[in-house]
Amino acid sequence: MFKVKVYITLRESVLDPQGTAVKGSLHSLDYKEVEDVRIGKYLELTIEESGRNIDELVKEMCEKLLANTVIEDYRYEVEEVVAQ
Amino acid sequence: MKFAVIVFPGSNCDVDMFHAVKDELGEEVEYVWHDTDSLEGYDGILLPGGFSYGDYLRTGAIARFSNVMKEVIKAAEAGKPVLGVCNGFQILLEAGLLPGAMRRNESLKFICKPVELKVENNETMFSSAYDAKEVISIPIAHGEGNYYCDEQTLQELKANNQIVFTYNGTNPNGSLENIAGITNKQGNVLGMMPHPERAVDELLGGADGLKIFKSIVSQWREANVVNA
Repeated sequence: MFKVKVYITLRESVLDPQGTAVKGSLHSLDYKEVEDVRIGKYLELTIEESGRNIDELVKEMCEKLLANTVIEDYRYEVEEVVAQ
Repeated sequence: MKFAVIVFPGSNCDVDMFHAVKDELGEEVEYVWHDTDSLEGYDGILLPGGFSYGDYLRTGAIARFSNVMKEVIKAAEAGKPVLGVCNGFQILLEAGLLPGAMRRNESLKFICKPVELKVENNETMFSSAYDAKEVISIPIAHGEGNYYCDEQTLQELKANNQIVFTYNGTNPNGSLENIAGITNKQGNVLGMMPHPERAVDELLGGADGLKIFKSIVSQWREANVVNA
């Protein structure tokens, strides 16, 4: 079994109006040191061992559905776990 | 001419689309559920607005893998007119039938109001009934209509005259180059954020959207009906 954590964020070149609004709010709370805020998505996948290369599998799922690579970047962490 | 209005779980402008075609245009139209295997017999495909699959993950991302989308892609490749409005546009982008992607509105607000559009290209099968550079009024209703594509794609859109509608005056959502509607390279797939089906009768506050449907029908007749 694998536990896969996928992080999806807007590409650096794409403006993030939500992040900008949150940054403004943090500044108004006097956290002036905050330089930038980027908001993204976090997904946890539990994947059964199927014989397929796990990196290949996760990349394929990210490219096909989980992220829209026109505007989003993704990265992920794979952790092997013992099934309960 | 016979139209299909594709209905996804969460579509909510399907009835307006149906009404526009049946009652205002006087053409044949049927609802087609998203798990249908075939679109044979339909001359035009309409993807209505709404919130398919609750906009989960991204707008249009899940609907794009509906069974019927394989058939929509086939119809598009066969040169049939495919019109996606609002969520329909978002689904066409996710499906790769149109280039680019949608971001949230710059203001982060859902905006529902009539806007002015400029007809940038009236030589498409969707806009031939308009005058060149005609300014029309059609309502928008979306939270994610902030169109984006990379620089190279934008240059291609311009070079091929794929930008059909732009927002005239104020840009409501921050879209690149005021883009409100684009076609594919072949010109038979149109995606637009404004809702022409909500502007088909003066009773609704205006009828400027009707010419989109009229354009499709007259272009189809010219190509398919003898002595049209």
